[in-house]
Parts: sequence; C-alpha cells; structure tokens
Amino acid sequence: MKATSKLHKTEQQLLREAQRKRRFETVIHGIFLVLGLVTVGCVLMITVYLIIAGIPAIREIGLVDFLFGKVWASTNQDAKFGILPFILTSVYGTAGAILIGVPVGFFTAVYLAKEAPPKLRGIVEEAVNLLAGIPSVVYGLVGMLILVPGIRNIFHVPDGSSLLAAIIVLAIMILPSIIKVSITGLEAVPKEYEDASLALGATPTETWFKVSVPAAKSGIAAAVVLGVGRAIGEAMAVMMVSGNVANMPHLFESVRFLTTAVASEMSYAGAGLQRQALFSIALVLFLFIMLINATLNFFLKRSKER
Amino acid sequence: MQTKTFSKERKRYIGLMKTLMAVSAVLTCALVAFLIIYVMYKGLPNLSWELLTTEPSYLADKIGIYPDILNTIYIVLATLVVVLPLGVGAAIYLTEYAQNKKLVAVIEYAAETLSGIPSIIYGLVGMMFFCEFLGMGTCLKAGSLTLVIMNLPTILRTTQESLKTVPQSYREGAFGLGAGKWRVIRTVVFPGCVDGIITGCILAVGRILGETAALLYTAGFAHDAYNLIDGLGESGATLTVALYVYAKEQGEFEVAFAIASILMMLALLINLSATLVGKYYKKRREV
Repeated sequence: MKATSKLHKTEQQLLREAQRKRRFETVIHGIFLVLGLVTVGCVLMITVYLIIAGIPAIREIGLVDFLFGKVWASTNQDAKFGILPFILTSVYGTAGAILIGVPVGFFTAVYLAKEAPPKLRGIVEEAVNLLAGIPSVVYGLVGMLILVPGIRNIFHVPDGSSLLAAIIVLAIMILPSIIKVSITGLEAVPKEYEDASLALGATPTETWFKVSVPAAKSGIAAAVVLGVGRAIGEAMAVMMVSGNVANMPHLFESVRFLTTAVASEMSYAGAGLQRQALFSIALVLFLFIMLINATLNFFLKRSKER
Repeated sequence: MQTKTFSKERKRYIGLMKTLMAVSAVLTCALVAFLIIYVMYKGLPNLSWELLTTEPSYLADKIGIYPDILNTIYIVLATLVVVLPLGVGAAIYLTEYAQNKKLVAVIEYAAETLSGIPSIIYGLVGMMFFCEFLGMGTCLKAGSLTLVIMNLPTILRTTQESLKTVPQSYREGAFGLGAGKWRVIRTVVFPGCVDGIITGCILAVGRILGETAALLYTAGFAHDAYNLIDGLGESGATLTVALYVYAKEQGEFEVAFAIASILMMLALLINLSATLVGKYYKKRREV
C-alpha cells in the first residue's frame, strides 16, 4: 500500500515535499549562519563593553591627565590616575623583550628552516612547541625563584623584582611565536631564488641571509609584530616578577605594566572611579592590541601575496 | 675546499652567521631543557598522593590540590562542550555555505582579532558580562564561557583547515547522487574534518590548562571540591590559578612547584598527542 502511494504521488504532493525540503535546508543554513556570526558578535561585545566601561573614567579624569599623568595613586585620599608609568613600562618592556627575543628567535628560525637536518629539526621544533605550551604562571614561578634573586645578587639592587626580570621572561615567552612564524615565512621563499644565488657562487649561508631572509622579510616582520602583541598582552608571568609598584619605568626598579595594572587592583577595587579607571586602562591596552593586529594583518597579507 | 679562495671578509661573514645560528639554536634548546629539568627537579619530590587527593583546610593546616584538579577538569569539559559546536559550526558555515565574500572576510577578521586579544581583557569582559550583567557571579560557568570566546578562533581555524582538505569531488559526487546540502555535510564533509576537530580540541585543552588571567576574576580562587553540576555554579581555582595563589600570595613554593610539574607534564602530553594525531591523519590521507 505504502509503496504504491509513493509511486503515485500527485504533482502537488511532490511540490509540497520539495518545498518542505527547501525550508529544512534554509533553516539549517540559518543555524550555521548564526554559528558563523557568533565570532563577530563576540568581538563586537568585547569592543562595546570596553568602550562603555572605559569611557566614563577617562571623561572624569580628563584624557590628557589620564594618559600623561605620571602618578598613579588610586587608593589615596586625593586619588591620582595617571597611567603614563604603565604605558611606558609596557612599551619599554615589550621593546626590551623584542630586542633580546627577536635575534635569538630569528637565527634559530633560519637554522631550523635552512640548515638543520630533518631529524634534529623535528626535535627542536617539538621543544619550541613545548615552550609555547608552558603556562605563563610556570614562567612566572621560575622567574620568581631564579631571575629575581639572580638580578638582586648580580646587580646588587635591593629587590630583583624589576623591569629587567620582566623583560627576560617576556623575551623567552615570545620566542616560540617568533620562531614559528619566521620559519613559515622562510619556507615560503621560492626555491628558484636560492638556486639562482647558489648557481652564482654564493655559499649556502650567504644565500640564506642575503637572499632568503630579504625575500621573507614580510613573514619575519609578521613574526616580530606577533611577538610584540604577545609581550604587551602578557599579564601573569609579568605580575609575578615585576614587583607591581606604579613607578616610572627603570630597569632595576619595581614596575607595573598595563596588563598588571588591571589585574592587580581588580580584586580589591570597589565601585567608583578606581574600578572605572581600571576599565579605562583595559581600553587603552585594547587599542594598542588592535593597532598591533592591524599591523600584523598587513604584514601577513603582504607575505601571502608573495 | 673552495672556501680557501674566499676573501677574508666573506669568510668572516659566513663564520659569524653560522656561529650566531648555532648559538641561538643551542640557547633555545638549552632553555627548554633547563625549564623542564628545573621544574621537574623542584616539583616532583613534592608531588605526593596525599597532595593530589586532599582538600586544603586552614583549620587542619592541610594543603591539597584535589579541588583544583577537579575544577580544571570541569572547566575543560564545560568549555569544550560549548566551544565545539560553535567553532565547528562556524567553520562549516565559512567553507560550505557562505557565498558572500565580504561576510567571510568579516568573520575571519573577527576570529583573528579574537586570537590576538590578551587573556586579561577576556577576564575583564567576562567578569563584566557573564558575572555581573548576566548575574552568574564568580563561578566556573562564567570562567568556562569566557574561555569559550577565547578558544573559538582555535577550533574555527583547525576545523576550517581540515575542511579545505576534503576533496571537492566528494561533495560533487554526493550532490550528484541527489543528496541535499545538509545530508552532504553530515555524511561527507563532517567525517572529513574530524582530524581538525581533534587537533583543535587538543590545542584548546592546552590553552585552557595554561590559562590564568582570564579566570582570576571570572572563576575565582576557592579551593572546595564539588561534583560537576554543583561545581560549575561555584567559584573555584584551576591548577594554574592555584599555582599563582600559592606562589605569589601564600609563598608556598613547594606546592606551587608540585603544580608546575603537573602542568609541565600535561603540556608535554598535549604536544605529544597533537604531533601524533597530526602524523596519524597525514598518513591516513596519503593512503
């Protein structure tokens, strides 16, 4: 009975079935569209929340006083909210980490991408991946127990918790990103370039540094920018080794970064201006990150175009 | 060798570059080796069965990380359960459905932006949105949801990569047999991206295990053991948060190093499994 009815469907029935099927597909399509848009929604939510929460304190304090004020004394009777020390510390700290981390990462990347035998390369790449996988608090812990006392003893300063300790920890933490992205850039260099250079009589080493590296410069620039982003956004490891006092940056003094400024006061900031000011700091940090992301995308795109 | 005919300057340049490469590579490896050995050396002796299975108590003067282990497991599970459908769905939309190139670019840009945002900002927004605006309070649920946003781009990217490797002819074949779009996705596309999902899961788990800043003010610091359902509604520290609290606020470095050694072993395990999964699927695909 059923079989015959299936065979003898009227035109109308067929039409209805097709319609139902189409509607079903539309619903599924809609569901996936929504899932796809969740990502965009999250970015919008984060942006909107930071702006809404960050603007009031900046208005009350005044943009110039907030960004360029040299004193942060949020708990004083006569509270002062100047975040220049945090901004400068973040900038100096990141610059320092880049200064140490980029050369080491760059030369390691050239070695791994060009010179290392495949087996050794596999092992070292695993090691680099592990470096990326170690939680930041572990870096902080090791830094607290090795770097901080080490700096105190070597440089004879009263407290080793300092900008220098943070710079060293950050330099180590950005190594994996720099190495991995540089390798990707170096591997994208067409083999013909290198062959041509070798055929002209350059040694392999000269070829790598005078042909491959310049050809991969967008990729390497992307690696550096990614490192900058990682360094400026790191909170926990830095919090554990930098001492966390709102000084103007000095290599051997306790300092506070943008990230740690947010993290360290959030736990006891009540309502009111102090708390709102923390959101404003986060907004400043967010703007820095957006700027860095835009730069990163620029370099990544250029390196892809090649 | 030919090198003899090279000018002094050229020889010096080659020598210098070779030395710099060797020094850097050795330095990187030495750093990793030192970190592993140091953490294990300091942590493993403090790792005892008792530490792993007791709840801390000020009254009894006991320290244990049992609740922190539970909290970590809960957070990992809760985050994956939410982030997987979101991330995989978004990836399927991008590769299978989306026709509007601009929309694809916007979604991909959003994902890239998310992966660049520092975790402390996630923590802050998570606190404002989940804990305060949605009224969840400081609890594991809020922490997991914050981590969902953080890990969304990871799952999205790995799934998308593996979807791209599903040959177009498979889809066309299925369409040719009269299957509808959803059926094609369910039977042809989805099985093809399993390796991407697994890789994404492993990476996400690694990231969740290592996360601290985003959890401090969303999931909190408490060290009480609950079951999964109750636990998600309560405040609780994961292993990393516990490490931070023990090291920075209580000065209990033995416990901190014990936790650090656990985290280190987990990181090793995760890297190893990511590599193995990658190799396994690569081999299968080549056959």
